[in-house]
Amino acid sequence: MADFNVSSRVDGDVNLIDVKGYLDAHTAPELENEFNKLIEKKQFKVVVNFSELNYISSAGLGVFMAYVETMREQSGDIKFSNLKDDVYSIFDLLGFPVLYEFYKEEKDAIKKFG
Amino acid sequence: MKPKLNILKNELTFKSSTDHLHEVRNFVEINGNKVGLSDKTIAHISLAVDEACTNIIKHAYNNLLDKKIKVKIETSNSQFIVIITDNGKHFDPNKIPEPNIEKNQKMKKGGGLGMFLMKKLMDEVHYNSKVNGNELILIKNYN
Repeated sequence: MADFNVSSRVDGDVNLIDVKGYLDAHTAPELENEFNKLIEKKQFKVVVNFSELNYISSAGLGVFMAYVETMREQSGDIKFSNLKDDVYSIFDLLGFPVLYEFYKEEKDAIKKFG
Repeated sequence: MKPKLNILKNELTFKSSTDHLHEVRNFVEINGNKVGLSDKTIAHISLAVDEACTNIIKHAYNNLLDKKIKVKIETSNSQFIVIITDNGKHFDPNKIPEPNIEKNQKMKKGGGLGMFLMKKLMDEVHYNSKVNGNELILIKNYN
């Protein structure tokens, strides 16, 4: 079993999702569940903290593509923080930095929801 | 109980479940280290192979879990070649159009990125239709 863990925290009205380990086609449904839970709770402001994520495949990237519009329609967003260089390079290869906001630090991403 | 994997020196056969993707990546890593590839190159090849196997599971086997995928690695002093074969329905990943991420996300769709990533990460990607399935050849040049 690939090692992956997803959990969430709250900072004011911003929801922080921590992803850890390996995000691939096998583990991506766990991240989808986390987004579904937030949508059920009508929480649309999300920062994903990648500080402990070691690997992402297109199945993981696809989760953000599938959910970001729902968040933006409700005046929220999915913003990304604390990515390791290797993981960021995959987002970059696909052109994500044009469509999403990336921050070095989680607190800077939270502030942007201000 | 976990299905037993068949690992030969440079060949790995596994059942068509995403549960095995991490083992496939480890297999690529072991072989990449053997020929002294950099960590970055190994990471790129592992991701490309993950994407290829994910596509096979989803499209060639329609998510059936008990089918076989074989990954074989051949190396020379200038190329790292990964040959991936399956017995699923014919599926030519080259026919997948280049993804439009902006359009996909407006439509709340997440797929279609795998082949594009594979081509970006590898130097060559070849597809051969076989009598009983598909063969995909991924090549990375080095040195």
